[in-house]
Amino acid sequence: MRSPLSRRTVACLALPLALVPFVARAAAPVAISIDNFAFTPQVLTVPLGTIVTWKNGDDIPHTIVDTGGAFRSPVLDTDDAFSFTFATVGEYGYFCGLHPHMTGRIIVTRG
Amino acid sequence: MEPQDTSQDGPTRRFLLECMTWAGTGVLWSVAAGLPQAAMLGSAEAAEAAFSFVQISDSHIGFDKVANPDPLATLHEAVEQIKALAQKPAFVLHTGDITHLSRPAEFDAAQQMIAEIGLPVFYVPGEHDVLDEGRGRAYLDRYGAGSRGAGWHSFEQHGVRYIGLVNVLDLKAGGLGNLGNEQLEWLENTVAGLSSSTPIVVFAHIPLWSVYPEWGWGTEDGARALTYLRRFGSVTVLNGHIHQIMQKVEGNVAFHTARSTAFPQPVPGTAPSPGPVRVAPGELRKLLGTTSVSFVPGRQPLAIVDTPLAG
Repeated sequence: MRSPLSRRTVACLALPLALVPFVARAAAPVAISIDNFAFTPQVLTVPLGTIVTWKNGDDIPHTIVDTGGAFRSPVLDTDDAFSFTFATVGEYGYFCGLHPHMTGRIIVTRG
Repeated sequence: MEPQDTSQDGPTRRFLLECMTWAGTGVLWSVAAGLPQAAMLGSAEAAEAAFSFVQISDSHIGFDKVANPDPLATLHEAVEQIKALAQKPAFVLHTGDITHLSRPAEFDAAQQMIAEIGLPVFYVPGEHDVLDEGRGRAYLDRYGAGSRGAGWHSFEQHGVRYIGLVNVLDLKAGGLGNLGNEQLEWLENTVAGLSSSTPIVVFAHIPLWSVYPEWGWGTEDGARALTYLRRFGSVTVLNGHIHQIMQKVEGNVAFHTARSTAFPQPVPGTAPSPGPVRVAPGELRKLLGTTSVSFVPGRQPLAIVDTPLAG
């Protein structure tokens, strides 16, 4: 005979598994390339929960710094990448901490 | 050289281009009371200089890409070039980007190599030297003794006042190099008590003047710094960052950027980005080099000579 506790445990374990296909459909990961001292795409609109990954294709290191302080990458050397999950709706302006003339914007929508 | 038309705001484009060409082929560049003069290398003026110092810049130790897989080797060549100078310089200025990624091993390698010169070395950081988690803490721990704030400092030698400024921190989105209020106030106070006849040498990593804002080659509040220096009869501003020689004279202020010892960067607007320029191996050393600055007491000229590592 199963105790109520173990039934709850089973339910807790099952819940995240059930959510996985939903989350994956709602917010597929998106990539931003860094080449020739520029972010491409420069302006990106994504649904809530999206994981955005920046990858540096330049011979020179760059960093990703949110003007509002939500995220700040370590230094990205050639072929290094940095990811951030956008869990809050809004507009995020960011730039390269080494070369601040490099700017980009991410708009996070409800999806 | 054609006489400079002083009725204009600045030197003509042709004048500038002539100076740039000459600098690249080893011409002595001097500034006396704000009037630029040029003479060939090895002239009497160079020989009678009472004291000189050397500027090196952008050694980027840790860089390993095609443009120069071994910047420690080219820094070594620069070190040997300085050791071989006929007139022993008083000291060395390094105008930043000592390392490529601010890693301790990169700082160590650079420090050991530069120590071989056997002269005092004064530094300012480049943006590549403040990439540690502490945003410049690693640089300050190593080079910041006696400095203020992020590493700005000032000293006097042979009657010349030297001021090292830091313009690579707290950069703003869409902006250029940044000095900030605190440092600018410090600069104002530092020069306040000096006689206007004191020759001033300012050194900082990013050019204090607007070289090419499209690539971030300039300093947001550089003009404010220059207002504090306007009353001085001789001001020389030495920068790095752009990995090529550029010169400009504005009133009594002579601006000069040094070559890198690691890799060249493109002339503004001639490439899609300011990334490293890849050249044939035999050409690289013609585009790298050191800068020697001489001072002749009494006449107040600062003579700037750029020497490539080869060619």
